Amino acid sequence: MNILVCVKRVPETGGRVTLSADAREIDTRYLGFTVSPHEECATEEAVRLVEANGGSSTVLTLGPEAAADQLRAAMAIGIDRAILLETDGQDWDPVATAAAIVDAIRAEAAAGVQYDLLLFGNEAADSGDFQVGIRVAIALGLPCINGVKSLEIKDGVATARREAGGGWEVFQVPLPAIVAVREGINLPRYPSVPGRLRAKKKEIERSVPVARQAGAAGPEKIRLSLPAESEGRAEILGTGADAAPAVVDLLERIGVLA
Amino acid sequence: MILTFVEQAAGRPDRSSLEALTFARRLAAAQGVPLGAVLFGPAAEVAAAVLGAYGVVEAHLVEPAGLDAYAPAVWGRSVAQLVGASPPTVVLAAGTDRGQEVLAYAAAMLDAPMAANCIDVRPGEPFEVTRQRWGGSLLEKARLDGPVRLLTVAEHVTQPEEAAVPTTVSISRFTPTLSEADLRVRVIGRVAPEPGKVSLADARVVVGGGRGVGGAEAFSELEELAGLLHGAVGVSRVVTSAGWRPHSQQVGQTGTRIAPDIYIACGISGAIQHIVGCKAAKAILVINTDREAPIMSRAAYAVIGDLHTVVPAVSAEIRRRQAL
Ligand SMILES: Cc1cc2nc3c(=O)[nH]c(=O)nc-3n(C[C@H](O)[C@H](O)[C@H](O)COP(=O)(O)OP(=O)(O)OC[C@H]3O[C@@H](n4cnc5c(N)ncnc54)[C@H](O)[C@@H]3O)c2cc1C
Ligand SMILES: Nc1ncnc2c1ncn2[C@@H]1O[C@H](COP(=O)(O)O)[C@@H](O)[C@H]1O
Repeated sequence: MNILVCVKRVPETGGRVTLSADAREIDTRYLGFTVSPHEECATEEAVRLVEANGGSSTVLTLGPEAAADQLRAAMAIGIDRAILLETDGQDWDPVATAAAIVDAIRAEAAAGVQYDLLLFGNEAADSGDFQVGIRVAIALGLPCINGVKSLEIKDGVATARREAGGGWEVFQVPLPAIVAVREGINLPRYPSVPGRLRAKKKEIERSVPVARQAGAAGPEKIRLSLPAESEGRAEILGTGADAAPAVVDLLERIGVLA
Repeated sequence: MILTFVEQAAGRPDRSSLEALTFARRLAAAQGVPLGAVLFGPAAEVAAAVLGAYGVVEAHLVEPAGLDAYAPAVWGRSVAQLVGASPPTVVLAAGTDRGQEVLAYAAAMLDAPMAANCIDVRPGEPFEVTRQRWGGSLLEKARLDGPVRLLTVAEHVTQPEEAAVPTTVSISRFTPTLSEADLRVRVIGRVAPEPGKVSLADARVVVGGGRGVGGAEAFSELEELAGLLHGAVGVSRVVTSAGWRPHSQQVGQTGTRIAPDIYIACGISGAIQHIVGCKAAKAILVINTDREAPIMSRAAYAVIGDLHTVVPAVSAEIRRRQAL
């Protein structure tokens, strides 16, 4: 079975975020980069499915040249091929991103590569647009299941579950299909040292995506801001075990100690 | 017209949809256009009838032939066809799983843009929205252009508020034209929630553990405190990635959002992706060895110290008082 996973390079922020001078980006001078946890899980799922069923897995990203790092990270845990749709580093909106992914999948098909399963994250970590997978599904005429936390493939049928109201909803679709997964579907493995070395030597297939000319566009980013939060200093109740009576006084005061 | 997708269960509109309707009503007033709603499923008519309190004048009940179960492409197709039938300027939904999904389908089918998790909108040309990124730890101002604009409303930001003057809801039924392809994705079964379990999302007390807990075994200290407080244990992503605890206990952007009366965050530094999951807590009590940890600026209370001494001491103190 042939699987494609789509991932997006995003900054790995920590306790505080600062913005660039024009407030259009996160200031990434001191930050590393990663992909969304949902996409890490999608990658792991692809590797497991190929381990279990045979076939081949491919990772794809639309992003700057540096996004090759995220593709190598995916190959380090066992993804076979990597495709970089290289941009000049500007963000593409979700409509344009989906269109570029569709073009790439069509180009693959023209070259004889058909995918049985396209895996996405439920939403990108940074922009959280909640739509790229669905737009790709509509363009390609494929069924799409979102928010998936458990996936089983058998006899050309995907059975997927997602959380709903404390329980689960079950969906079932024939392949080929799109599945957008959530963190928790699996526990991604750490890359091994030999895995990393292998990934370093592997080729990354590059192309330059063509921006779509007609139809919808956006949302078009104007600028970012940090939400106004009431930042303050915590009242220090004490140090070490000696603070226990003050903590329990507090719990009594707010009424959570029956 | 402005059209809002309203989710309902057993004839009661969901709270998130009432938030979205409140947001939509303000936008409708600013644009001087009427407010409409679209509903699906059994008892939709009962739910539609109460929407006059929120200023809805027109409710469309969608009746896809022979389909009762949730089917995202069918619901998206229905919204898209309603838009085609009487072009609204804006289509809204709550920023829930279904809200995002149904609107994304409708947007893709209409080849229209969609902005997810908006908290504010400035109608006009250009049409500007403010939306959440990074799960709400960052905001984006963006333009949304097109003959029809779709947006979802971030949950828990707008308070649901009834209209000053209730309206009369005129109810109409709509049967969409569907293809085989639309019908492929639908709920074929459900698994009911485990009965009697304190769910993390609803717990009044959450005892949180992060990297500082140090390993899977030491979570027994947190379990004990959570048990004494009839609460739940929540964890950071470091903890789930290490396999110390299951992902179902993760709090944050890619985990659960909690809103307890108190969140006792032990050995957690307070990365923005964790904070977005716990900032709805009424109070945060930090237990951390580092008084400079970023989470300190989000917390009301703190104990400086090793959680392995502080947490058992708090449990012991609770027991001592309970024995009196
Ligand atoms: C896209 C994305 C999504 C993410 N989603 C989530 C998410 O949903 N939830 C989430 O939690 N994270 C998420 N993360 C990860 C997040 O950025 C942080 O890496 C993570 O929250 C850090 O966990 P931590 O606070 O346990 O660990 P650390 O940051 O390592 O902090 C450990 C803390 O423990 C304290 N400590 C150490 N020993 C002790 C002791 N003995 N007693 C008391 N205190 C002690 C230290 O002082 C420190 O403050 C996400 C990251 C990305 C990039
Ligand atoms: N630039 C990109 N390159 C590859 N895949 C992407 C890109 N942006 C989004 N995706 C995929 O689409 C999913 C949903 O993204 P979004 O609709 O932007 O929230 C992500 O989790 C990724 O799997």
